Amino acid sequence: MRTSRIRRFLRSMSGLRGRLIVTVVVAAALGATAAAWAGVQQSTASLIEANRRYHTEDLAERITQAAPSAQYPPGRGSLDRLRIAAGENSLVRYDDAMSGDGIFASGAQAVPAELRQALNAQAASEDPGVLTQRVDIDGRPWLLIGAPVMITAPDGTLTPSGIEVYAARDLTDVEEQVDGLARGAATTTLVALPLAVLLALLASQGVLRPVARLRDTAQRLAQGDLDARTDPAGVDELARLTRSVNDMAASLQDSMESMARMEEGSRRFAADVSHELRTPLTTLTATVEVLNDILTHTNSIRSSDEQEARESAQLAVIETRRLVELVEDILDIARIDAGTAQLRREETDLFEVVSTCVHTRGWSDDVTIARPASAPGDTTVVADRRRIDVIMANLIGNALTHGGAPVRVVITATTEEASVQVIDSGPGIPEDVLPHVFSRFYKADAVRTRTPGSGLGLAIAWENARIHGGTISAANHPDGGAVLTLRLPQAPEQATREDGREQIP
Amino acid sequence: MATVLLIEDDALVRRGLQLALKRHGHRVEAVEDGEDGLARFGTGDVDMLVLDLMLPGIDGFEVCRRIRESSQVPIIVLTARGDDFDVITGLEAGADDYVIKPVQPTVLDARIRAILRRSVSDPDGVRTHRGLRIDTESLAVTVDGREVGLTPTELRLLLTLSKAPGRVFSREQLLEEVWDQGYLGDSRLVDNGVMRLRSKIETSPARPEYVQTVRGFGYRFGPV
Repeated sequence: MRTSRIRRFLRSMSGLRGRLIVTVVVAAALGATAAAWAGVQQSTASLIEANRRYHTEDLAERITQAAPSAQYPPGRGSLDRLRIAAGENSLVRYDDAMSGDGIFASGAQAVPAELRQALNAQAASEDPGVLTQRVDIDGRPWLLIGAPVMITAPDGTLTPSGIEVYAARDLTDVEEQVDGLARGAATTTLVALPLAVLLALLASQGVLRPVARLRDTAQRLAQGDLDARTDPAGVDELARLTRSVNDMAASLQDSMESMARMEEGSRRFAADVSHELRTPLTTLTATVEVLNDILTHTNSIRSSDEQEARESAQLAVIETRRLVELVEDILDIARIDAGTAQLRREETDLFEVVSTCVHTRGWSDDVTIARPASAPGDTTVVADRRRIDVIMANLIGNALTHGGAPVRVVITATTEEASVQVIDSGPGIPEDVLPHVFSRFYKADAVRTRTPGSGLGLAIAWENARIHGGTISAANHPDGGAVLTLRLPQAPEQATREDGREQIP
Repeated sequence: MATVLLIEDDALVRRGLQLALKRHGHRVEAVEDGEDGLARFGTGDVDMLVLDLMLPGIDGFEVCRRIRESSQVPIIVLTARGDDFDVITGLEAGADDYVIKPVQPTVLDARIRAILRRSVSDPDGVRTHRGLRIDTESLAVTVDGREVGLTPTELRLLLTLSKAPGRVFSREQLLEEVWDQGYLGDSRLVDNGVMRLRSKIETSPARPEYVQTVRGFGYRFGPV
């Protein structure tokens, strides 16, 4: 029981929490102690200094009053009078003659030699003063005060008289006061410690609660809950960290969502593909079965059979073409999606590509092509000729099928980009359909009379423009009719490889 | 010779299926959308419907629902999406069976014949159970004196279950007996058929009196 509690406590104390608490406690304790002791030092010093000053001034006063009445060289009586003036526990000395009482009753052993030397040096100096030294005598603290007696001449000059006065003052009381101060400081420290611990806990709470919240958020993020966020709180660094985690989560969420969208798109595309393939396969299955039935199970082929066989064969041929076209288109899109499509960039004259495209498909009667009259040569871009042909065939084919003849193709060019507009004479594209015209397998007509084509034509055109770094947009002409506009940048974005091919990123 | 009305929007598929079903001995009338289909059906003399679900305008589900409001004619739905959603939704809209494109005409023909065979005659005469009365001669079914219209599939399901009250039929047995499909069939057909039968004959389909579910085995007719 106990051990587990201790272990739990230790576990809670390891790591950030423990380190925080220890740091705060130590800092607080050190601070409190240092403050307390600094206070003690200061109080002690001023206490002792005041005490010293009082005794030295007192002694100097007494000697100053008694000294003029002393004889020089002093006799025994003068020494005794001076000693009495200096008060209890004093010693007056002239050469080897001494008068002492109290702790000096037995002689001058209590006076340290260095004090005496210093005192004599003082007496010879310009401005002789009183000296003090703290000594222990019989285990008690004493303040020794030494003062040289000076003779003042009528002109004010001072000469040493050779008389030394020593007084001892008991420091026990002062020392006890000092001890009291120290005890107070220690008590202060002891009282400060639990307070410090409490403060540390509070501070660590202030730090740790946001940390704990952040940890929970991180765990939720890790479990895939990308909506998890933490309100920035706590100290600045934590708030910053929290904001960073939130930003990270947001960008993670964005990228996951776009991946999900892409995945959803490819899933839908796969479903659409299988759906689109099933339709022609249904026709093929049916017609081939009819043919097989007529050719194998009928002994004599009647004219009605022949009629049906011919029709079935025709249906099968048309449907096979449709199937092949559909599969080609699907593979085209899939190659671009997979990034394995190849671009062969070369100097390509848009006017020439469009002319050839229209001519080879037998659309010359229904399509007019216009180019800038000023500089006809400016319609050249660096592009994949075959892919531009695919784009134009799809745009113009779409205009003829869904819009209506005549179709006008208008080529313009600036230094930045070349554009090709395909304008049909149809009713235009309904506003709600406009955003979807480049979607794969999007069937615009509400009454879906199956038009020739795979339903991928404009999507393929759009993808081909994209890999050139260009765009295609759909709009309606103010005078009626739909306008599909291909824009191609003049400067190719990628350097072509030496063989003129490049990989699509 | 049954008249089959085929509703299919793709011209090539429509013509292909028409030719193939014709060779299997059906009279096939083909139209390209739901409106035409409903209009043609309204003129009568259609023995069954083969209906594409993906139609422009009114889709196949809606055509199904509208026909079921007034008629118990057998319906087979044709779908290019084999996913559960289309199949279940089609059955719930009142279809008797479904086939997934590309369907082989021989299979479609077998399904059509199976449904058409479901007009049964049973010499037992009249079966009654509580308020439910089944006349196996005239094939009239009444609940508390009120006549209910059942599709051939529903009728055959009810007759199969009620000919042995208390006996448990597995879904496979019912597929075999009612849908002529046996183990190749789809048990969702059975569950759906039971659900639709209950919605017509039970006072409270959630607490059925006539068709009981035996969890893990199948269904049985009769007292709880």
